[in-house]
Amino acid sequence: MSAYDWLPDFLDRLKADNVLLEDDSITALAKVPMLILEAEDWGRAAAQAQAFGLRWMGGWADQLDEAFHVSACLAHQHEVLVLRAMLSLEIPVLPSHTPWYPGADHMERHTQDMYGVLFSDHPDPRRWTRHHAWGENEYPLRSDFPLAGTRPGPMPTDHNYRYLKAQGAGVYEIPVGPVHAGIIEPGHFRFQAVGEQVLNLEIRLGYVHKGIEKIAVGRDAPGLARLAARISGDSTVAHGWAACMAMEQAAAVQVPERASYLRAIMAERERIANHLGDIGAICNDVAFAFAQYQFSRLRESWQRVSQQVFGHRFMMDCVVPGGVASDVDGAGLELLRSGLEPLRAELVELMAILDDNPSLEDRLATTGFLSAAIAAKFGATGYVGKASGQDIDARRDMRYAPYDRLEVVVPTSQNGDVQARMHIRSQEVFASLDLLTQLLRDIPAGEIRSDWRTASEVEGIAVIDGWRGEIMTYVRFDADDRIARFMPRDPSWFTWPALEQLIHDNIVPDFPVCNKSVNGSYSGHDL
Amino acid sequence: MLKLFNKIRKTGVITEDVPEGRDPAFEEVGEQLRAKVGEIFSGSLAIREVDAGSCNGCELEANALNNSWYSIERFGIHFVASPRHADLLLVTGPVSRHMEAALRRTWDATPNPKLVLAMGDCAADGGEFGVSYASCGGVSSIIPVDGVIRGCPPTPMSLMKAILALVEKRTDND
Ligand code: SF4
Repeated sequence: MSAYDWLPDFLDRLKADNVLLEDDSITALAKVPMLILEAEDWGRAAAQAQAFGLRWMGGWADQLDEAFHVSACLAHQHEVLVLRAMLSLEIPVLPSHTPWYPGADHMERHTQDMYGVLFSDHPDPRRWTRHHAWGENEYPLRSDFPLAGTRPGPMPTDHNYRYLKAQGAGVYEIPVGPVHAGIIEPGHFRFQAVGEQVLNLEIRLGYVHKGIEKIAVGRDAPGLARLAARISGDSTVAHGWAACMAMEQAAAVQVPERASYLRAIMAERERIANHLGDIGAICNDVAFAFAQYQFSRLRESWQRVSQQVFGHRFMMDCVVPGGVASDVDGAGLELLRSGLEPLRAELVELMAILDDNPSLEDRLATTGFLSAAIAAKFGATGYVGKASGQDIDARRDMRYAPYDRLEVVVPTSQNGDVQARMHIRSQEVFASLDLLTQLLRDIPAGEIRSDWRTASEVEGIAVIDGWRGEIMTYVRFDADDRIARFMPRDPSWFTWPALEQLIHDNIVPDFPVCNKSVNGSYSGHDL
Repeated sequence: MLKLFNKIRKTGVITEDVPEGRDPAFEEVGEQLRAKVGEIFSGSLAIREVDAGSCNGCELEANALNNSWYSIERFGIHFVASPRHADLLLVTGPVSRHMEAALRRTWDATPNPKLVLAMGDCAADGGEFGVSYASCGGVSSIIPVDGVIRGCPPTPMSLMKAILALVEKRTDND
């Protein structure tokens, strides 16, 4: 099949639905086809895209001199398409994608809070990212909003948010957070329950909103890479890579082969470290402490090797624009190689013990079931999507270097429960060990960084598979090689709503293990 | 089941002397700490960790103190679920404006006398995120701070040393 051979059919569908498409409507964002639509056609285009089977990957806005640009990124199997509408600064209103793509809900409300762009038929007009750090008619990402904000003085709590109410005999509410019991990130969960059974869960986020999109503006490329490395500490390599790839695409910088291998080695190591930690933590949440001790031990030794070879336990700031920060010598590569087989052997042994344990199975199997249909509806990727039949992995599908040379095995399951999400993780660790074997065998000699080329008024978009799932990152440079817009879309945008769904009819005491099995990023989502 | 017990037996005790490389001075501090914790905190120092806006990197390293390499509980130090049980608040992140009120409340809920340790470059002065409409900057801009441990994130080892130093300081002052 030739590239984008589905696109003419899709365009015909749009035209048949009276979506206005002129010759100059079809342009490109970097190497990705982009359709410029009339604002009023925005909703109908989504309806057609959904009917055509396109997957919704993210949406964002941007302010240029005379207009707001609203964009959405969609995918047809492994090919990406961008839709864009331009709105006047005075009346920034357009139809919503949410009726067709429920996963768009939070991102559109985020856009509404940050830019004041109104999605007219959005089913839920409540604020999302905004608590009280800025006012209802203020929009932090507009260029006239001061970086320092407008509300000095002590900040109140997030009062007045209209949570869903449940009524009926015996229904009670359990509010939890933002400060939770464990050493984890803050967010608010509101359960409605009868007895032990969860009727409904509403998740309220935005507590760790740090203004990442605003403080990105005006940075140079290395500065943006540093910021991206801190979007979500557990995904520092993945977000760093996505941001650098988007910038490199915009500036037409070629990454040397060796650098792409080193990036992949770090990304696979990051995946393994996090999966090891999660498998232990999932078991710990059902009081199987043995696994927690064993897996946290493995994770710690793994991170120590990262420290030795890359100079940082999480490999933070190791991905830089144009390549990687420093090379790994022969001894370092050998050290990395020597750790693969011992870990594989331990994992074989430990997974056999876990699989053998009936009490563990009793707690994990069927718990927190997420159907394939709901996972697809919200756009869940990563282990959450894969455990619910979503066979999506950018390493294999988008074939970015160096994965275009490797065989990437993507485990999937139809079981959709906590146990499946745990097993996908262990299978991914084995797959990553295989990838690391290939990467460490084939890594070519050569440069590790290309010189940066001044970028002027260009855009870039990158899609990569992080350990938590697919990351999609958009950047735009201004005329002077500085960042004008940065939007990193963490996979958590789509797994938080999946968590709200999969907890239905489970018991309240199983919430921690369900939550851990999804392990959404708060910081990556709140920005 | 037999496999499980075998694995435990084979793994053995891996907890190491702190820090790596057997710094005898540190072992001494560790012992002193145990003694001081015994003296001032009746044998156990309870820490409540508060993420006030972190990227989650600092949390991972605070969590690591519980793994068997560090096993911080052997010094009488443990993480608790409520600020009402805590002697020390370990605060991470630039304080986001949306967490500001929750951090104040957590501090209010912690019984006196209490210690506050700001963990990480963000908690020190806002770090990469600085001060903005969404970030208050360092922890000391919101609540009184007794100690700061820099790093992005600080390693478990340096965090452990910082806790020791903070308890020592308290002892000196009292
Ligand atoms: S100090 Fe570093 S690791 Fe800690 S919260 Fe800040 S950015 Fe994350």
